[in-house]
Amino acid sequence: MSDQTVRAPGAASIPGDVTAERKKNSAWAKYRPNGSAVVMTLYIVFLMLPIYWLVNMSLKTNAEILGTFSLWPRDLTFANYEKILTDPSWYMGYVNSLIYVVMNTVISLAVALPAAYAFSRYTFLGDKHLFFWLLTNRMAPPAVFALPFFQLYSSVGLFDTHIAVALAHTLFNVPLAVWILEGFMRGVPKEIDETAYIDGYSFPKFFVKIFMPLIASGIGVTAFFCFMFSWVELLLSRTLTSVEAKPIAATMTRTVSASGLDWGVLAAAGVLTIVPGALVIYFVRNYIAKGFALGRV
Amino acid sequence: MNKTVNQKAWFLVLPVLVLVSFSAIIPLMTVVNYSVQDTFGNNEFFWAGLEWFKEMLEDERMWNALQRQMFFSAVILAIEVPLGIFVALNMPKKGFWASFCLVLMSLPLLIPWNVVGTIWQIFGRLDIGLLGYTLDAIGIDYNYTQDAVDAWVTIIVMDVWHWTSLVALLAYAGLQSIPDAYYQAAKIDQASRWKVFRYIELPKMSGVLTIAILLRFMDSFKIYTEPFVVTGGGPGNATTLLSIDLVKMALGQFDLGPAAAFSIMYFLVILVVSWVFYTVMTNLDKRDAK
Repeated sequence: MSDQTVRAPGAASIPGDVTAERKKNSAWAKYRPNGSAVVMTLYIVFLMLPIYWLVNMSLKTNAEILGTFSLWPRDLTFANYEKILTDPSWYMGYVNSLIYVVMNTVISLAVALPAAYAFSRYTFLGDKHLFFWLLTNRMAPPAVFALPFFQLYSSVGLFDTHIAVALAHTLFNVPLAVWILEGFMRGVPKEIDETAYIDGYSFPKFFVKIFMPLIASGIGVTAFFCFMFSWVELLLSRTLTSVEAKPIAATMTRTVSASGLDWGVLAAAGVLTIVPGALVIYFVRNYIAKGFALGRV
Repeated sequence: MNKTVNQKAWFLVLPVLVLVSFSAIIPLMTVVNYSVQDTFGNNEFFWAGLEWFKEMLEDERMWNALQRQMFFSAVILAIEVPLGIFVALNMPKKGFWASFCLVLMSLPLLIPWNVVGTIWQIFGRLDIGLLGYTLDAIGIDYNYTQDAVDAWVTIIVMDVWHWTSLVALLAYAGLQSIPDAYYQAAKIDQASRWKVFRYIELPKMSGVLTIAILLRFMDSFKIYTEPFVVTGGGPGNATTLLSIDLVKMALGQFDLGPAAAFSIMYFLVILVVSWVFYTVMTNLDKRDAK
């Protein structure tokens, strides 16, 4: 554009204006990334501050936490982590949580895979109503279900077992899994199914050998979301357990009130609950939006 | 995609149906049972009709909790949606920094909800919390356990901290789907930054934003753990939201009848909102298919 102005120097003021506008724009563009960087830095600092404070506290002794106010641990200690990792009443909480979370993920995926296939490929009597009904369960407040679940699982003798919590969490995880998987499956062209059937594949063989590898990333993302929502939920898992299957989240709340507020250990336990999510988040970073939007991005 | 009619597909859906019926319909029927019966102990129940519903509808307690709940949901939506969009517009488009931001922003979403509560409970404490201590040091009177306004500010900031990234991530996903040609056209037209946002970015984000708004509304409507850990519903009843009130009634006082009636009305509200959500989603799907 600038050579045009050079070629026609006398041509009114309009091209000149354009160049001026251009210059302003390019100057603005030069600074704009910095503006964005400032916004993002501020936002991420806002997100990280409370987490930083938790990590900071977990590395201090109780005396330092209560006695002095310091932005970093003066007297660095790993005793809080040691206590959790050596005391069974603490670390069993993590084991219990992991057991029911994994059970839940497996159950949710196993039943959701065929259902999602049916929803993505076929229309059948009542399919829309069924799909909607599943969604309402994802949206149902756990508080409504806490007491009935407690009575249901007590009456069938499943109270305080891992499977009880795993089954209770299917309430919101199965609908979620069906929705996300359906979103991924719609992206697979139907011709693939038809070709496989013509080639003589039976449905189960086609599903496991051909279809599942095609939506492997979708299955991974779904598993991540089932894992995550089961891991972060507390109300139901606390209501349904007392000793044997007590999740880490409940262990935290109880030990705190019993042992006269051991802040350091509480903080360390909190940090350890963040670790599993933080470890896998890198792998699913590009699918997180899709997962939260129930497969609809 | 054209779907074929196949009634046998029901067999594929059957496991889901059985499992979710077990964990949804049976408990819900228990609630319905309690809501229409009264007991004097000893496991003897009497038909009470709609008495509990009447009682709950006339009770100020539920209405107050509902009011607080509506206020909470309205405030967090009013903050999180614009803030989320703003953050999404400022996110790096690709490369290392995009991944970096995505990972760090997602972190709060993956923290167990009671730990979110614990983090903020500690963070806001006057004696050992960074926020409380700093505010106190610069002379701002802040105490979330005593003052209702401070308690409200704390749980709202906590929710903004916890969930704004969700709105931002969805908005970001929407922005990513805009082809470069649109921006080039805008440049040729010398459209202002505001016009680019208003006529290109916002329409392209409208689908995911609708999802974000509905999700945030519903999830904030059933929020329990985080405010419960931070304030326990207090001071007094100042931050007793619907779920907190319900759990207090059902598991704390064991008022089964009223709690069940409360549950059903609570669930009906959620049902209506879910229906709106579903309609919007299916319409979006149809629009995408075109």
